[in-house]
Amino acid sequence: MTKSERFFEAMPTRRDILIGAGAAAGLVFAPHGVLATTEMRDEVLRKLTNGAPVKDERVTLTIPGIAENGLSVYTTVAVESPMTEADHVRAIYILSEKNPIAHLMTFHLGPRAGRAKVSTNIRLAASQQVTALVEMSDGTFWRDRKDVVVTIAACIDGG
Amino acid sequence: MALAPARVSMPKEAKKGEIIDIKALIRHPMETGYRVDSVGQPIPRYIIQRFTVTYSGVEVFRMDMTQGVAANPFIAFSTVATGTGELVFKWEDNRGEVVTVTKKLTVTG
Repeated sequence: MTKSERFFEAMPTRRDILIGAGAAAGLVFAPHGVLATTEMRDEVLRKLTNGAPVKDERVTLTIPGIAENGLSVYTTVAVESPMTEADHVRAIYILSEKNPIAHLMTFHLGPRAGRAKVSTNIRLAASQQVTALVEMSDGTFWRDRKDVVVTIAACIDGG
Repeated sequence: MALAPARVSMPKEAKKGEIIDIKALIRHPMETGYRVDSVGQPIPRYIIQRFTVTYSGVEVFRMDMTQGVAANPFIAFSTVATGTGELVFKWEDNRGEVVTVTKKLTVTG
């Protein structure tokens, strides 16, 4: 065996590194293991809607059912709306029930958007239900909810 | 946030009234504030908090972000081509750093 071969044998494999990183992260993240709860998400939803009813129509949340990497989950929200001055989407909120915070982001739109459709990459700390809540110009609220299984959670390594 | 970290993809020309698709990407760690470094010190939160788009000076899109947005935030959205003008894309983070990208849109018809 040459010197360089011995060197590579001694190198940890990628799998070892991943497992090691996961174990180490588990330790260092234990104090930060406080995640949002469904109740916290519902509380945020109540504040955003001011208690107004929310209907499960008009909104389509597109997100993978199985997210291999919770650090970056491609998410699209599309809303049935004419996007006119009189009738448009005012805001789109993304809510989480298992991340450290429940309210992840807000998109502010208006008739100038032309189309009510936005995409971004979100972080998911655990398998959970993701909610897209939509506020219309007439003050009504609509939503779509999707369950996502996360195989590698965010807040654990590198991200 | 040096190294020209932001990119915007959109058409240079459009017909009046046409809906154009815009994609914006910026290099940013979006450090959550939940992690600790190798010696146990907390890594401070370092995130973009706001992304704003103006079109000829009028705000047409805004996104409020948190640590729930992935690193190197990517955003896809749209706007109606109302007239020839400048679109200014602005990212602001919690250290007060600001990055702007300006794109010209020529509207015909």
